[in-house]
Amino acid sequence: MVDVLVIGSGGAGLVAAIAAKESGASVTLVGKSFPTRSQTSMAQGGINAAMGNVEEDSVEAHISDTLKSSQGLSSEASVRTMCEEASAAILWLDSIGVPFSRTQAGKISQRRLGGASGIRACYAQDYTGLKILHTLYDQSLKMGIETLNEHFLLNYIIEGEKDARYSCGATFLNIRTGEVVEIRAKSVIVATGGYGSLFHGFTTNSTASTGDGAAAALRAGAKLSDMEFVQFHPTALKSSALLISESARGAGGYLLNAQKERFTDELSSRDIVARAIADEIEKSGEVYLDIRHLGETFIDHELPQERKLAIAYEGLDPVIDLIPIKPVAHYTMGGVDVDETSMSCIAGLFAAGEAANQKVHGANRLGGNSLLELLVFGRQAGKNAALYAKTAPVFTAQSEQIIKDREYIQTLREAAVTMDFYEKRASLGKNFYGSAGIKRNEKRLEELLKSVQQLQEELPLMGAQDKSLVYNTNLVEFLEFTNMIELSQCLLLGAISRKESRGAHYREDAPARNDEAYGGHTLCWKEGGELHVELGEKTNEKGKG
Amino acid sequence: MKISIKRYSSENEPSAQSAEYRLELENITLLEALNAIKTKIDPSLSFTAGCRSGVCGSCAVRVNGTEELACGYKLSDGDLIEPLGNLPVLRDLVVDTQKMLKFNALARAWSSSNSENQLLLPEQVESNELQSDCILCGACYSACPVYAVNEEFLGPFALTRVWRYVSDGREQDVREKIEAVQSQGIWDCTLCNLCVPVCPQGIAPKQDISMLRGKSGVMGFMDPNFAAGMSFSFGGGPDFGSPSGLKSPGTS
Repeated sequence: MVDVLVIGSGGAGLVAAIAAKESGASVTLVGKSFPTRSQTSMAQGGINAAMGNVEEDSVEAHISDTLKSSQGLSSEASVRTMCEEASAAILWLDSIGVPFSRTQAGKISQRRLGGASGIRACYAQDYTGLKILHTLYDQSLKMGIETLNEHFLLNYIIEGEKDARYSCGATFLNIRTGEVVEIRAKSVIVATGGYGSLFHGFTTNSTASTGDGAAAALRAGAKLSDMEFVQFHPTALKSSALLISESARGAGGYLLNAQKERFTDELSSRDIVARAIADEIEKSGEVYLDIRHLGETFIDHELPQERKLAIAYEGLDPVIDLIPIKPVAHYTMGGVDVDETSMSCIAGLFAAGEAANQKVHGANRLGGNSLLELLVFGRQAGKNAALYAKTAPVFTAQSEQIIKDREYIQTLREAAVTMDFYEKRASLGKNFYGSAGIKRNEKRLEELLKSVQQLQEELPLMGAQDKSLVYNTNLVEFLEFTNMIELSQCLLLGAISRKESRGAHYREDAPARNDEAYGGHTLCWKEGGELHVELGEKTNEKGKG
Repeated sequence: MKISIKRYSSENEPSAQSAEYRLELENITLLEALNAIKTKIDPSLSFTAGCRSGVCGSCAVRVNGTEELACGYKLSDGDLIEPLGNLPVLRDLVVDTQKMLKFNALARAWSSSNSENQLLLPEQVESNELQSDCILCGACYSACPVYAVNEEFLGPFALTRVWRYVSDGREQDVREKIEAVQSQGIWDCTLCNLCVPVCPQGIAPKQDISMLRGKSGVMGFMDPNFAAGMSFSFGGGPDFGSPSGLKSPGTS
């Protein structure tokens, strides 16, 4: 039995696995794809740390900016931990070989991102996530961390009774063989990323961001929180929804309307800029990003990926053309509710990265804080899981979970399929973007909830048409779809309950923030097959869930 | 538009066969076409993809014999799509990625020991910036002809990765890195250049391998084939400083 099972092999999972191994634990890292194919590869802009390498900055200013952007929905203690640890985290990345861009004086270079009072984001051109991810992967190889690729998470193995429940491993579908297998462990870290793929076709995210770990946590009886908070990135390419980094605006890029006039402060936080763009698209029909004045040399040097993407996917060159953009879903602030040790309400079940709600982003995440979160709290989760594993109760009896999951997969293999889930997935994405997107109101949210509940009932008619065992991506995509259906209801119930506007959650029918009634976190859990949603008390301390 | 995809399934189609698909779409990427086929025509078509934007490295295939990222390739009528070469096909366009990735560990492609908090000038970082743009898509591996004769060759992407770390101003243990690529590594490359044009990130593994050879020479290592020839013709003459601690990756 392994000490620490890390599920999800992107940035957060790799950091957690490295930290757990360094703490002396035996570690198995499992992912549905390969480490370097994860969502982390798509992070472009940078990673925040008040190093003051370019101009004076302070940890206090970083804390204050983060709290302000979170709109009262973060834990000050968590934010403080993250910001205080930031410089050490950057130096650690430097020590393992991340090729950060440099200042003329040879220090790690920094640049400005939205909502930041200082020049704070360390970066590696606009490939920051890619280069951090690959360097972490190389370190995991150096440390000999056992990695199991192409295994899709089905469920956690939970033992014990109601108030003393323990996470003891997980079951997986081996994508290569079609077998259902279990991995027993003393502790489990969920690092499976966010659920942005719900907005299928209207998200910057990889198609793999389907919230598998959070959905499994919901099924296991853990609590999710703040699921209605979805960040929309202001500048995605209009036709392909691919991300153009905030650093383009940080460097002085303009947003222009159809009349080619500026209409908003380009460097406000993302929620504000995204709404301003949505309004302007409604009014004038088009919004462009203009970075022509930054010049070819600067663009090729600092934003090479942006130029490449715009040319390849829009047929436009940012050096000479205006780039049509639209805001699309980018980051999910909600996730598995965790305490100050990164543990959920199930003993031994930890979460890190976008899969977790560590309450540092609150109602709106600042650019440059997500890579930082996965480093600081991925490390914390790894250390704490290793520590927990030392005294964890050990369950050796055969678990029922694998029997149930084998039966479920077998049922899917035998079931006749009369309804096409791909069609449903496409319309779900479109409807979420329209009704649960940048602007929401109760009526449309309720209608959407009804249609999702209908989809839930129709799931047995869907399933995988492909009945093969080997590399059945049709089956995997169906399993991902069922996870999205589960999480979409949490999102909608939260968004309906929260009759106010705060950060990324904007209600046209309740445009003001209401701290009195909605100052707390939204908790969501499953009991007796029913979904429950509760708005917690207003607190600036971490809710234990 | 009509395209062909080479399909294989150990369960259903034991020998690979080309399947033809007619699409009513124009000016689309190959990935968009694959998605359209899977979601509207045949859900059993297997391929891998992720970011849609050329950074996750999941969707490399061969189009008319040349390696391409499906998400970045604009489709033409009559294109033939096949899985990457030099790797066992698991199903349709999905190959055994695990097999090629093992070479990263064998080549010890990581930072061995970095000095702390070292200043690096922008030009120092820029000199090997391109090498860390690698997305591990496997295009270079697929195009490499050495695998036809030597399955244990460390290969282009792993060696580019090693050069990235060797040429990093912070690396303190360059010798360890150089030693690891002597056997089945830099000297087994034929410098044929086929890995260069197929890289979607514009990396030139061949050049990086040449740089590693140069560095090896400076550190007293030499081409074992050449060295063998030397000792033959000189009959074991003067010792030019044969490399100390020359080990295969497995034993170091």
